[in-house]
Parts: sequence; C-alpha cells; structure tokens
Amino acid sequence: MATQSTLVWGTAEVVEAEQVAEGVRRVVLAPERPTPARPGTHVDLRLAPPATDEPDGPRTLTRSYSVVRSDDGGRRLTLTVQLSPTSRGGSRRMHALRVGDRLPVTAPLQNFPLGVGAARYVLLAGGIGLTAVLAMAEALRSRGADYRLVVVGRSRSVLPYLEELRQRHGDRLALHVDDEGGALAVERLVGEIAAADVARRTELYMCGPIGLMEAVRRCWGEAGLPPTHLRFETFGNSGSWAAQEFVLRLPGHGREVVVPPDATALEALEEAGIPVMADCRRGECGLCLARVLDVQGRVDHRDVFLDDTQKAASERLCLCVSRVAVPPGTDTLPADPDPASDPAADTAPERRGVLTLELP
Amino acid sequence: MSSAPRQVTAKVFDFPRDAWYVAAWDHEVSPREPLGRTVADVPLALWRTTDGTAVALADACWHRLAPLSMGKVLGDELQCPYHGLRYSSSGRCTLMPAQKTVNPSAAVPSYPVVERHRYVWVWPGDPDLADSDLVPDMHQMDDPGWAGDGLTIAAGCNYQLVLDNLMDLTHEEFVHSGSIGQAELSESEFEISRDGERRVSVTRWMRDIDPPPFWRKNLRDRFPDFDGRVDRWQIIHYEAPSTICIDVGVAKAGTGAPEGDRSQGVNGYVMNTITPESARSSHYFWAFMRNYRLDSQLITTQLRSGVQGVFAEDEEMLVAQQRAIDANPDHAFYSLNVDGGGMWVRRILDEMLRAEGREPDAGTPRDHLRPVASR
Repeated sequence: MATQSTLVWGTAEVVEAEQVAEGVRRVVLAPERPTPARPGTHVDLRLAPPATDEPDGPRTLTRSYSVVRSDDGGRRLTLTVQLSPTSRGGSRRMHALRVGDRLPVTAPLQNFPLGVGAARYVLLAGGIGLTAVLAMAEALRSRGADYRLVVVGRSRSVLPYLEELRQRHGDRLALHVDDEGGALAVERLVGEIAAADVARRTELYMCGPIGLMEAVRRCWGEAGLPPTHLRFETFGNSGSWAAQEFVLRLPGHGREVVVPPDATALEALEEAGIPVMADCRRGECGLCLARVLDVQGRVDHRDVFLDDTQKAASERLCLCVSRVAVPPGTDTLPADPDPASDPAADTAPERRGVLTLELP
Repeated sequence: MSSAPRQVTAKVFDFPRDAWYVAAWDHEVSPREPLGRTVADVPLALWRTTDGTAVALADACWHRLAPLSMGKVLGDELQCPYHGLRYSSSGRCTLMPAQKTVNPSAAVPSYPVVERHRYVWVWPGDPDLADSDLVPDMHQMDDPGWAGDGLTIAAGCNYQLVLDNLMDLTHEEFVHSGSIGQAELSESEFEISRDGERRVSVTRWMRDIDPPPFWRKNLRDRFPDFDGRVDRWQIIHYEAPSTICIDVGVAKAGTGAPEGDRSQGVNGYVMNTITPESARSSHYFWAFMRNYRLDSQLITTQLRSGVQGVFAEDEEMLVAQQRAIDANPDHAFYSLNVDGGGMWVRRILDEMLRAEGREPDAGTPRDHLRPVASR
C-alpha cells in the first residue's frame, strides 16, 4: 500500500482516443517504458500548447489524470478526461489529442492506494471523479471483496462506462443521478455504513466535487467513524483561497521574508537561509510547526496535522503548506496601527497578508 | 520471448511471490497476541480481529519500523509495542497517542489472507492478483471423511529441495529403511502426468510385495488378522507453487486396488505444503490424514508421531544437502530419470517467476567442470 511520488518522465504515444460520454474522452497511452499501474494511481502529462491557436496562451501545462485501467503490464494506460467549462487549458489540450501524438508522461504515481484487509469497501465517485475509483472497483471485484460502488452525477449522459459498470458490478453499483431525482443522500449513505456491524472496519474511498467530499467528511466525523478510514483524492492543494503572496515577519531573527504565490513559507525560509525542521512537506507530520504571534489576513491552514479546534485557534501552523490570504472584499485584518508608518497610509491598505512567527 | 524451456537446475531456487503460502496453522493465529512469521522474505505480524478474521500486516511499524509482532492486539486493532501507534486490519494507522490527528499517509501493508484447510494462507505479492480460487486443494485436512493431524518443521534449506524430496520417493529405501523404505520403490515403474498449468502427478504401484513396518501396522489397524503380501501405491499430486498431497496406501495383494477397488486396504494422504521463509529456510507444514477408523485418537497420535520420526530423517538429509550445496559453489546439479516429477515442478515454478517478470537463476554452468572431467 505504498505511495509512489517519485517523478520518472518518459514518452508515451496516444494509441486510442474517442468520446465515451458527453464532453468526456477516453485516451489510451502506450508508454515507451511500461510500468503496471495499480489502482489509485495517476500520471502527470506535459501538454504543449496547440500549434495553431492560443498563440499567446500559456506555455506547457502539467496535469494529473487518474489511470482508469492498466493493461498488459502497463503497456496500455487508459485515461478518461472531462472537458471542463472552466478549463485552464489542460482538458482542452487533452481533448485535442489524436492517435499517433506523442507526449511526455510520468510513470504511474500513487497517492491514493487501495488497502487490503478492510471488512468492507465503499467507493464513492462524483461525476468524472469516477476515474479515480474505477480500477479500485475492478480490483475489489477480482479479490472477491465486500464492496459497493456509489456513482453520483448530474445526468446519465455525462457519466462514462455506465453500461460496462453495470455488467461488471451488478447490484454492487448504486447510481444516483440528479436529473432523474436520484440525488445522493450523504447522511443516509454514511448512516448505513455506521450502522453495520463492520462499521469500524469499513473504508470509504471518494473522489468528486469538493462540496460532496466535505459533506461526507462532516457526516463521517459526526458518525464517529475512524477518520483514517475515509480516503480521498483531491489532486492538488485544498486551500480555502487561491495562493497569494504574503509576508513572513520573524522578530526573533529580525528578518522579513516574502512568500511568492508559487512557493511555500517553508521554501521561502529555506531560500532565505533560515534553518527550519521539516520532513513530509505536505502538511502531515507536524515537524515544521511554528508559533503564530500575529496575523494580518486569514490563515489558510491546508494541513492535516492540526485538528479543527487547533486550526480555529491558529496558535501554530505548518510552514510547509499553510498560507495567509487576504480574501477578496476584505482589508488586511487587523489594520497595522504603526504610528511611524508612511503618511500615505490613508491610500489603499496593503493587499498582502502578513504573518508574524516565532520559529523553533 | 523465446519459447524454448530453459535450464531449471538452479540449486537455490527463487520463489514466486504472486502465490498463496501457508503462514501458520489456524490455531497459531490468535486474537490475544500477534505471531511473527516470515513468508517469502516478507516479515509478517499475524493476528485475529474480534470476529475471528485472520489478518497479516507487515511486521514493521510505519513510524520507526519496530516489529508489530511484539505488540498487543486490542480488539480490532494492533498496537505497536514502541510508541503505541495503532493499526486496523487494513493496515491503516488509527491512533498516534502523542497528537490529536493521525497522519493520513500512515499505514503498513496488509496482505491478502484466506483461511482454508486448517491453515492461514497469505499472498505476499501483488494483492490485486490474489484469487482465492488459487489456494491449493488440501480438502482432506478438514473433510469429515478424513481424520489426522500434523506438525511444522523449521527446515534449514531452500524450499525447492523439499519439493524435490517429495516428488521422488525412491529415497525412502535409503533414508527411511526402518519404516517405509523398501527396494521395490526403485524397481517399480512410475508415470508422470502434467495436468494443466499448475499440477503434476507421479504415480507408482508396487504389486504383490511384503509391506514395510509402517504399512503392516496400518493395515492391521483395519484388518487385525491380516499377515500377507500387499499392493502398495504412491500417487503424488503437486499443485503450484509448493503443495504436495500424496495418496498412499496398501491393500491385500490381488484384491483389485490398482483397478480402483481399495476396499481391502488402508488409505492415507500425506499433506505437505512448503512455505519459503528465505532462500535457505522453509516452513514445512505437514499432516497425515486417513479415511479409516476416523474416531481413533490413538491412531491419529500414533500416525503423527510415526510420520514425525520419518520426516526428521528427511530434515537431517535436507539440511546436510543444503550445507553441501553451499560448500560446493562451483558444482552443478545433474538429474536422474527419477527426477522427472521434480523437474516438471521446477519448470512450473520457472514459468511463474517469469510471469512476475523475474529472471530465475539459471544454475551453475556445467561447462565449468567439463574440462577437468574430460582430461
């Protein structure tokens, strides 16, 4: 059940590309150096800008997509991509891929591994989140495990592979489609899990819209189910606000360090030559905790080490993932009443957050 | 890929990982305390949840790798003996005592487990290939038509040496001369058949012979007055990767046993399943099952201790053989006609290793010795 996070880049050729649902394309890649992809894995792809349009568009984009199935020892990796109406370009470029195209792709990466030995498994997919759990469902089926596959979508027409799923999983598949009046009652789903005799040995794996996942997390916690048995794939950080530039003030060091939007506080401190202890670098282990002395703006914790009470108190934060944001429509809070400040302070207040810290 | 079969005379044979191996007898795995055991080079902590389900977790805590088999079973969780981290049956960490949250990445591998035929079987390889239909057939172990018991030998040798031993029983004349050995073993014909991709059998009938002491005793358990010659059979059934069930018995000579009528005889099954622990050590699980006088615990105990004595002779030979192999690294294995069954087993294991993308050791090149021998 190990995670695999080392990026090994190679080249793959597109060997199949076809529409499989409304706005959804299936793309089959043949990597030059095949590696079998286990359930829960994804690959990163580098997508070059199309030659014809977007002359001023962004440069090469790196995007992650779940491996829906891996055949023949990884010689055929199937991805399935929904064209996002709010696409920043990734899904549009994926949809433009044609058979014979070649592109850089990583070996399969794993940060959503399927465990062995749970008494029961529930796989919950919202919309195109289906892609993250399809291979899991197949693995559980062949293991003879006790599992349910719950698929939620706004319409049947946008969900790929439905007929195949019904054939393979039969009664284990539960489909909830909004436009047919079958919206999922999250409380009921979690309630049924919690009422079963194997409740504490049941794992739920989910991938879907953040609203659905938040609802499940809330119900899961209220039902007193083990938090670590709720597994989810978010692809990227799950901050409350987009990353903004902010300032770190370190009275103990007499230093001020600017954290740009594409770096973490930890990276900015290391760049500035200030020694900081850290290990996991993804908000899990708690080694990089620092004490918060003051904050202007809002702390966006983004870690999973502190619990909700500790985050609300904001006495400490994880340098590797936490940020400060000034949400749109707010001023920096509280205002800095520095009497020696620039007399032009009656102009627009500074839009950058400021975090004053004491490092260990 | 070349279709030509390769040399399969490796002396220290690698073991497939994508396979079921017996990790323990059912009674060894407990809801009270974990059992530490290594299967195919994978150290495991074996325990049971409150509903009796057997669990196999990697025997090393996620944190600093302390052995979980030294820990405690607390209901449905296993607690690390060092800092008290707790794990569920799926290997997820559920508690880190010194903090309020649990790192969501914290987990140890949990291995697929099937409990069948009085054994706890574990799949040390790719869990997504673990198909419970592939657990070898050892149904005599818990079939109401059979009775018996067995033990485990900690064999200090490569598992393949045990398979070789069981696939060719001509060694009985020399290793077990006081119990089951007799000259007719080597003198009689045998037949080999490969049945599908995972099975080989070797059949040998010895007709109208004097029974050796072990079999004279067994036949008299059923026919107390009998004192004549017998027809004796040994039908060796191998199932990949390392289970060998041997249909053995004797019947009064000429009463039709070779043709299928065993009513005038006694029939046993020698159940053997060998789990590689490391390249040079094995867990050898065996039992002797019989289909007559099922209610006699006396006979069960006598047969178990009798076979235990016989197998101790094998163990002594196997350990000595492993020592000689390691002391003679430049010497190759050669084969005899009687190795036919064992060589088919090696071929099957070689195919399994190749299916896992592993290059088995081709053995010591024999040409190394040829120039000396031909001088």
